[in-house]
Amino acid sequence: MGVTQKLGNLGVVTTTLETAINWSRTGATWPLLFGLACCAIEYMSTQGGTYDLSRFGMELNRASPRQADLIIVAGRVTRKMAPVLRQLYDQMADPKYVIAMGDCSSCGGVYNNYAVVQGVDEIMPVDVYVAGCPPRPEQLMHGILTLHEKIRGQRIVDWA
Amino acid sequence: MNIPNALDPVVSTKTAFGEGIQDVILFRGETTLVVAPFNVAKVARYLRDTNGLIYNFLSDISAVDYWEPTGGISGRPARFGVSYHFYSMLYNRRLRLKAFVDEDEPVVPTLTTIWPAANWLEREIADMMGIKFEGHPDPRRLLMPDDWNGHPHRRDYPLGYETIQFSFNAEEILKHKPFARE
Amino acid sequence: MVSTALTQEQQWQGSLEELRGLVSERAMTGETMMLNMGPHHPSTHGVLRLLLELDGEEVVTCLPDIGFLHTGIEKNIESKNYEKAVTLTDRMDYLSPMSNNMAYCMAVEKLVELDVPERAQAIRVIVLELSRIASHLVWLGTHAIDMGAMSVFLYCFREREKILDMFEMLSGQRMMGSYLRPGGVWRDLRPEFLPALESFLAIFPAKIDDYEKLLTHNPLWEDRTQGVGIIEPDVALAWGVSGASLRGSGVNWDIRKAMPYSGYEQYEFNVPLGEHGDVYDRFLVRIHELRESSKIIRQAIDRLPGGLFRSNNRKFVPPPRAELGQSMEAVIHHFKLWTEGFSAPDGEVYVSIESPRGEIGCYLHGTGGNKPRRVHFKTPSFMHIAAIPVMTQNHMIADLVAIIGSVDIVLGDCDR
Repeated sequence: MGVTQKLGNLGVVTTTLETAINWSRTGATWPLLFGLACCAIEYMSTQGGTYDLSRFGMELNRASPRQADLIIVAGRVTRKMAPVLRQLYDQMADPKYVIAMGDCSSCGGVYNNYAVVQGVDEIMPVDVYVAGCPPRPEQLMHGILTLHEKIRGQRIVDWA
Repeated sequence: MNIPNALDPVVSTKTAFGEGIQDVILFRGETTLVVAPFNVAKVARYLRDTNGLIYNFLSDISAVDYWEPTGGISGRPARFGVSYHFYSMLYNRRLRLKAFVDEDEPVVPTLTTIWPAANWLEREIADMMGIKFEGHPDPRRLLMPDDWNGHPHRRDYPLGYETIQFSFNAEEILKHKPFARE
Repeated sequence: MVSTALTQEQQWQGSLEELRGLVSERAMTGETMMLNMGPHHPSTHGVLRLLLELDGEEVVTCLPDIGFLHTGIEKNIESKNYEKAVTLTDRMDYLSPMSNNMAYCMAVEKLVELDVPERAQAIRVIVLELSRIASHLVWLGTHAIDMGAMSVFLYCFREREKILDMFEMLSGQRMMGSYLRPGGVWRDLRPEFLPALESFLAIFPAKIDDYEKLLTHNPLWEDRTQGVGIIEPDVALAWGVSGASLRGSGVNWDIRKAMPYSGYEQYEFNVPLGEHGDVYDRFLVRIHELRESSKIIRQAIDRLPGGLFRSNNRKFVPPPRAELGQSMEAVIHHFKLWTEGFSAPDGEVYVSIESPRGEIGCYLHGTGGNKPRRVHFKTPSFMHIAAIPVMTQNHMIADLVAIIGSVDIVLGDCDR
């Protein structure tokens, strides 16, 4: 954030800048086009016409992690897939957010066995957990709005 | 087109192989022929190519582990059982071929030369049960990662579950979830 | 220990040596390029990794690498009793969860010789055909969006929402309802279900016409799909291809007609067949199947008998709550079935049904106790992904995307 480093702590001006930047970040968090299992189908339903994700600016799913802000881990993460997922997360540029959608990515879900990672927070820090198997589109939208609230609470000084 | 009459698979295979067919089981309307492992490919080819049988579709290959946690192999002749399910499109009927495979030397000849469909089905069994298929063109692991140890579908392989997190074991469980604390 | 123990170098470079017998000799010398169409890819319909050997843009060999969604469902079912395992079977082929339930329930019913009443059979047919329509809509939407036709995706999901609302009326959950149980269905139809179904059937044929108007005679669509991904009928049979992908090559095999289950022999419907075995024919077969499914649902509604929605064999099916106040035996059955569950004999059965993808088979081996010894699902996507390299001989990468879409794979179905 080169702009804030130049301005420094100018009091009123910095706070307004923070609000503006956070607001613009919530307006268009582009998710990574990433779906693993059943939750991905509910995610696609959320993007469809009936429950529209475009109104949050999220209609554009970026296939490349470098261009995405948000990774919605939709579905069960298995031990074979875990390193791949970690690499995708590492390739994303800051600021990046993670939503663990569904029970399987939050805590391992129905599967408590050798093959499934018990919650994606074993691999990456998660901002919002959305429960459900699979979560209804409205639940996912509530999760996204919670994420927006979290983004609005962020301070710029953390990143510089 | 002249379709030859359907033959009874039990009678037909017993005539062709005699002692090779160790047992015939009739259960819930399904016929199962039990053969020794080394005879599997021969009998399968016979079932596919003989007029009157023509089992041309390989439906499924499954493997069962008869190991019991209390001990023994539940009265079966060997620890593993491999079941081949065939379907004849011409005569619209199913047949099962079963082979009991020993634990110490779990080797069965491959059916990939007869049905290419057997390729991945056998690979999965080799991966998950540890039964080797002789002559298989591609014996790599299929479902588990390449460096995985063990065969998960065996009954003595643990399910590998994570115990429920209470307050007394919370620290231990959270040790391998570094990001879960925030 | 979260990730696999490969070293950094092994993970990201890989070794060509281990692929020696599987790729052509030209890859060894570097004449052709090995490209990884990785597990994270927009067009692979899930986490499928394809190792492509490319000669320019043309695919010489294609090696699928699966297992990125392997959840150990089969082993997990071995630790649950028969009734509880139904919830796990939902999540394999997550686009048509009722078909998986059906295969498993039919296997359990065959093993313990449990009857299914007529009304339950008719309800099962309605639910299975609705599930087939829902699955084909997702197939059509994702196939079209892979090829660039984006509006079809939105239209298909609009129709699918209506079907998911109906599933919610039945079982309380949009997708993973576990509505089909051994012996019948979980609960009877709600009063709002049949009117909703009638209104859906009233509008749906016009919607199918909409999709056809957009795609079927579209010159771009025809150019991209005709003559692509051809598989001969005998090759398809040898590779274990089933369902609509097999019927696209002209082989007339539909398990609903060949070995009817759940009362399918009473309904009149046609089985659409393709001719050339290319992507276009498979596309047409599935579009026509949408129409046929609507016909079957119509007949099932007209014919819906009254009676029990689940078998009343109390040795296997728990009694309804109302009965518990009346009879002591009901209490005993309720207690036994909900704590321990029923027992199945020590034998093996194999049952297969026609799921939207193909033949899904359930191999069930009991122990004599309340938990199964082994459950194995032969899933159609597993066989079809193995057959993808056969269909992509001498095609380009863009055609590969079309072929993967046309074969209608679901990785949860493949990896279980």
